[in-house]
Amino acid sequence: MSDLEPPPGPDEAELPLVGEAPLANAARRPGPPLWLLMELTYRCPLHCVFCYNPTEFATSGPELATDDWLRVLREARALGAVQLGLSGGEPLARDDLEVIVAEAHSLGFYTNLITSGVGMTEPRIAALKRAGLDHIQLSFQDSSREMNDFLSSTRTFELKAKVAALIKQYEYPMVLNVVLHRHNLDHVQEILELAERIGAEYVELANTQYYGWAWLNRERLMPSREQLRRAEATLERFRAQPGQKMKIFFVVPDYFERRPKACMNGLGSVFLTVTPDGTALPCHAARMLPGLAFPNVRTESVRSIWYDSEAFNRFRGDDWMKEPCRSCPEKTRDFGGCRCQAYLLTGDPANADPVCDLSPHHHLVTEAVAAADAWESGRNQEGEKGLVFRDHRISIPVVVVGQEARSKRGAGI
Amino acid sequence: MSEIDEHGKPVVGRGFRLQWEPAQDAHVLLYPEGMVKLNSSAAAIMSRCDGVRTVADIVADIERSYGVTGLAADVRAFVAMAREKSWLEMKE
Repeated sequence: MSDLEPPPGPDEAELPLVGEAPLANAARRPGPPLWLLMELTYRCPLHCVFCYNPTEFATSGPELATDDWLRVLREARALGAVQLGLSGGEPLARDDLEVIVAEAHSLGFYTNLITSGVGMTEPRIAALKRAGLDHIQLSFQDSSREMNDFLSSTRTFELKAKVAALIKQYEYPMVLNVVLHRHNLDHVQEILELAERIGAEYVELANTQYYGWAWLNRERLMPSREQLRRAEATLERFRAQPGQKMKIFFVVPDYFERRPKACMNGLGSVFLTVTPDGTALPCHAARMLPGLAFPNVRTESVRSIWYDSEAFNRFRGDDWMKEPCRSCPEKTRDFGGCRCQAYLLTGDPANADPVCDLSPHHHLVTEAVAAADAWESGRNQEGEKGLVFRDHRISIPVVVVGQEARSKRGAGI
Repeated sequence: MSEIDEHGKPVVGRGFRLQWEPAQDAHVLLYPEGMVKLNSSAAAIMSRCDGVRTVADIVADIERSYGVTGLAADVRAFVAMAREKSWLEMKE
């Protein structure tokens, strides 16, 4: 799945902010992996340009078998894991999804299916309901069929609308996720209207975070400041409408901030991701981090992975920090930001996240935003280069469609 | 914040689940992709919200269990807050 963000949510209710998590980041025995994300497969019928999956996913090893996943569930639950995300790829591509959900439910997990909806049918949703699935998050790429299909490089919009109806029919809370970027940020009004039409109770408007395929496409996805300002104004107007009941979460793109996000509440603090081939990661993007041998659930227990492995301990506490983080009073709040972003932008994952304006590399972030501003005013030709669609057949696929994207945007679809 | 009728019967909201977590030594309220760790008073109230007992019943039950009186206003305030957050719904 392309659209898994750190859990959304209002203020104190957000999982990483509650419980023992902040203390767990201190240099002592960490708390439990409260959040388990199982990426069941990298197979996905979509080809989203903002997918965070690794660009080399096609070279990943064989997928874990059903019994392996069931063992991961039992071991993680025994440590205290309680929120379960089932993602991918498209998790519905696994025909044992119902078996996995049933085991998770019986163990006491709160089970969240994070899906594009492709592969969902009435018999399957009925079986998932019986198995005890608690929640379905459905992603849309945009409000219109044209943009939805274009940005995911498929024809799936009407199918998604049908799945939305099934979700309502089976009395699930309706959580709609839309990943935002320059090609759809001006459609926030239409997206919210669509959400209302299909009966969404929660809407996550998640600005693209630049990892995986999204990193590859960063110059073609980054919105301008002006676009962001317009979208926020639209959102304010929408929220202020009388009788408006949806809970709308707007995840601000961190490139536009001056302080970094408290990414994963600090690596190794609450999140445990297991990828399709069984590799355990402290964050779903962390496989890119250099110099770490990530353990695999095929050969190690979840307990030893979480508590004892070098990969999970490396960025716990603050001994790993460099200046300006090391002496910064805010390090207990944001943990220096995102390790992956620090690595992608500066080449060293122990540097401060360059989103922070105290970072000596902050100019790398402001320059990326300036390039988007220049694109908005039509001066920068970078935006004309092709978007790269997630595709298993090629490791660096290039499909030149930038021109089309702009003309669609210009037409105000 | 809406007034809470003491004859109303609160029940844990749709999509939410209350459960005891030994690893956290606390009751937690689970909901889509999130969790709230409850303190003991919140847990005492929420765990009695079964859609059968009224707010008045819940107050009486907690006062009896803990041997105290005068909790009605606090319980009503919590129920009102929890309703705002959709943690609780009112039956009837």
